Amino acid sequence: MTDNVLLSAKGIKIRFGGVIAADGIDLDVHEGENLAIIGPNGAGKTTFLNISTGYLRPQEGSVSFLGRDITAQLPRTITRLGIARAFQIPQLFLDQTVMENMLIAAASLGGRPSGIMALSSLPDAPEMTRLLDLVGVREFAARKARELPEGQRKLVDIALALALKPKLLLMDEPTSGVASSEKLGIMDILTRALAREKVTSVFVEHDMDMVERYAHRVAVWSMGKIQKVGTPAQVLADPKVREHVIGI
Amino acid sequence: MAGRFKPITMAAASFFLVAALAPLFVPSWATLFALILAKSVVVLGIILLLQAGQVSFGHAMFFATGAYAAAFWGKYVGGGDIVLFLVLGAVSASILGLIVGLFVVRYREIFFGMLNLAFSMVLWSLLEKMFHYTNGADGIRVSRPGLLGVTFSPGAFQYVILYVSLLIAVAAFFGVQRYLDSPLGHMLRAIKSNETRLEYLGTSARRVLLISYVISAFLGGVSGTLVAIIQQIATPEFGFWTKSGEFVFIAILGGGAHAFGAFAGAAVYEIVRFYAAAQLANAWQLILGLVVIVIILYAPSGLIGLRQRGNRAKEGAR
Repeated sequence: MTDNVLLSAKGIKIRFGGVIAADGIDLDVHEGENLAIIGPNGAGKTTFLNISTGYLRPQEGSVSFLGRDITAQLPRTITRLGIARAFQIPQLFLDQTVMENMLIAAASLGGRPSGIMALSSLPDAPEMTRLLDLVGVREFAARKARELPEGQRKLVDIALALALKPKLLLMDEPTSGVASSEKLGIMDILTRALAREKVTSVFVEHDMDMVERYAHRVAVWSMGKIQKVGTPAQVLADPKVREHVIGI
Repeated sequence: MAGRFKPITMAAASFFLVAALAPLFVPSWATLFALILAKSVVVLGIILLLQAGQVSFGHAMFFATGAYAAAFWGKYVGGGDIVLFLVLGAVSASILGLIVGLFVVRYREIFFGMLNLAFSMVLWSLLEKMFHYTNGADGIRVSRPGLLGVTFSPGAFQYVILYVSLLIAVAAFFGVQRYLDSPLGHMLRAIKSNETRLEYLGTSARRVLLISYVISAFLGGVSGTLVAIIQQIATPEFGFWTKSGEFVFIAILGGGAHAFGAFAGAAVYEIVRFYAAAQLANAWQLILGLVVIVIILYAPSGLIGLRQRGNRAKEGAR
């Protein structure tokens, strides 16, 4: 981990009707770290991902990435700058094969996709195979995304994000919807892949085991504020955090 | 994937062969097959947009643009050549496609369909009302053009236009198939299954749809020019909403999942019309109506879906 700040949110405010999701959020993401965001349901954690990827625009405040203001940019512009996203519910092209999904991502990254040469003949195919192998779903490459079980879909969703060669990956509950017996396996694969590809990550998580095991730093998001930031050990030992967020 | 589509490519090849040879034995089929092939080209454009889950109820506007490009040339310049007409029709329809496309690709589903319809009705009104330039509902006669400077007798011409239509249809068929297999084609299908993800991969879904929209307008223009030459007339009816409906109907009849659906649909549609119109006068729409009810109930993926359905049933029995 270095001290280089990749993503920096300053004074973010956003409210939906009467609900204040963010009320002056300041949060920095450092290069090379895995930052977990925890907090009660509805606290605004996913909103932070939506703002950072341009899906929502904050009412106040700004987000910068590598020193560049990205607050009002479109998701695809932000994606091209190097922020990829994986979703709580995997977002795949269900009628296409896993490999086709990956190659669409590769063609997207390349810009100016061809209308003449076949998708399957893109030179990126071996690299996409390597990424599928890295997240352990290579055997599903020729299957339609629709046919995959949820856990595998999540991994493909992450592989799609990695295909974009991002500097930063934002993940919304990477292990939700996955049987608890598979959670550790998926997070192991995931953190290894991130380290290998040198991708910084932010992940929203509800499972404190996952946070303790895989996060370098934890931010506690509650009532529209960042209540505490620190190492998992510091944060999870805080009695207030234990009471309000973890519920013990 | 290639393995699954092979039988369909075989079916397409046989169809093109029949279209090339059968009219040599039955002369009245020359015009019938020329029409089937020419119309299939605009339906290919509909099928292209169906890949993105979008149905255009206004594609007759490009069809009419292609037809009137030839008709105006004949009326105001005089003479003409099949190749010149096709280039004019294709270029003007593509330009219109780009202009209309910039608006319609912002919308999806029913809004996309209706906005297309609205644009096409504007064009139809202009063609109908600007009597001085367009002869209104009477339309403009398209006199028989030559081909690369050579002129033909009416008897020979029906074969010339048949083979020109065949050539264009074959090129359009393989071109569209190739396009659907390319990154842009896959991105087009991705709009249907998950537009959000496509944007999060850094690709503009609107741009992807616009490119396909212009291609489909191009196909519509070429098709309209061919039909105007075959029928030797361009009328506002070419751009009326029922014409757009007919193209969508043919696409659904044939099956929107594959380029060959355009040809299967157009063949059945025109053959039923050709024979039923002769035997049953105005009842031919009734027959087509019944056919489409059966298709929607029993073969929702169209005529070309029947084969795949048959295959699956066989696999299931094993």
